[in-house]
Amino acid sequence: MSRATLLVLADGRFPAGGHAHSGGAEAAVAAGRVTGAADLAEFCRGRLHTSGLVAAALAAAAALGTDPLQLDEAADARTPSAALRTAARKLGRQMMRAARATWPSAELDALASARPRGAHQPVVLGLAARSAGLGPEDAAYVAAYESVSGPATAVVRLLSLDPFDATAVLARLAPDLDRVAADAAECARRVPEEGVDALPASSAPLLDIGAEAHAAWAVRLFAS
Amino acid sequence: MHLDHSHASDGPAALSADAVRPDGRRRALRIGLGGPVGSGKTATVAALCRALRDELSLAVVTNDIYTREDAAFLLREAVLPPERIMAVETGACPHTAIRDDISANLEAVEDLETVFAHEGVGPLDLVLVESGGDNLTATFSRGLVDAQLFVIDVAGGDDIPRKGGPGVTTADLLVVNKTDLAPYVGSDLQRMARDAKEQRAELPVVFQSLRSPAGVSEVAAWVRERHAAWTAA
Repeated sequence: MSRATLLVLADGRFPAGGHAHSGGAEAAVAAGRVTGAADLAEFCRGRLHTSGLVAAALAAAAALGTDPLQLDEAADARTPSAALRTAARKLGRQMMRAARATWPSAELDALASARPRGAHQPVVLGLAARSAGLGPEDAAYVAAYESVSGPATAVVRLLSLDPFDATAVLARLAPDLDRVAADAAECARRVPEEGVDALPASSAPLLDIGAEAHAAWAVRLFAS
Repeated sequence: MHLDHSHASDGPAALSADAVRPDGRRRALRIGLGGPVGSGKTATVAALCRALRDELSLAVVTNDIYTREDAAFLLREAVLPPERIMAVETGACPHTAIRDDISANLEAVEDLETVFAHEGVGPLDLVLVESGGDNLTATFSRGLVDAQLFVIDVAGGDDIPRKGGPGVTTADLLVVNKTDLAPYVGSDLQRMARDAKEQRAELPVVFQSLRSPAGVSEVAAWVRERHAAWTAA
């Protein structure tokens, strides 16, 4: 694997639509659950170990070559909020466009044809990593990191939080990120024998509820 | 299964601003409208829709910063039927959505093209992409639009053309809007025209007041020319 390729895929400026989403942070800020750097750290830790872990495992499984359509169904089953399923498919479609432009492959084309409205983002991300020559750990790292970097960036905009504090929050999460990425890749390796049920299904009900409420707002800064 | 899981009959979607759609037909001309907050982008889009809707099949993509006001305005004014207007959310960064990460806008444009290509009314001729109100550096990516116009207004300060910036200097058409307000805000239109000429060399500039009888006609004529050139290419 090329370490530099991993940097390209993990770059927050990779043009795959993430900038318009807050990962639930906008709803949490409005509800008064995130008011500063300390809350942001807890919010990110919670998201990382729930939906972040699920996303990382799906991405790792896709990077290993698991049937993406089967993983897409597994992602649906693990995403109870309709608003979050919509957001995940929207972002998956945007990730697909960027991935096909940067690391074209027959596998990406096949998934794009099968899911023209978008597959779940972590599945597309994992397949993009595979097309880029990256492995399951790499894909898991990118998905896990995205699950916290998105909310951190959004909270900087929403609360005018000091960007140095927000970045420090992400840096302190590094050991957690290592663990989540390793766990995710290990689960993904069990899929060939045990099927997609080997993938984690942890959830964060408050994120789901917040996402449903947020989707109904008339005025909002972020798409999700 | 989801209704949207239908299989595409014509292979995976386009990647960027490819001139030909996956079904082999030449796609609609895409024109971007950018400019600062309050300069009259939405009013210009509405006027263009009224001027062109009988001769061209057109649609609009709006990029509101945190509301759906621009799309709602166009709907309320009934300049186009609702199925021809689509809103994109930009996450507090309108310039990102038209320049650095154009994927959401490309998808909105392609979705509109696809819907009309598959319905009885026939394919779209023109898609207007209106950016969220932004600053003087915001320009559209060439991966998203074929041509762009930048809308400023006389009340925003008559020194804007002199200050330049990518929008003023590089847009395919610079529109100086609300000329009827010039006497009330002390803006010197001749100075603006001189400065714009200096910044833009041969690129065209239109001075307009949507309240005058001529209204949007000069800009509409420019769009017509662009469309004729696009279809002839």
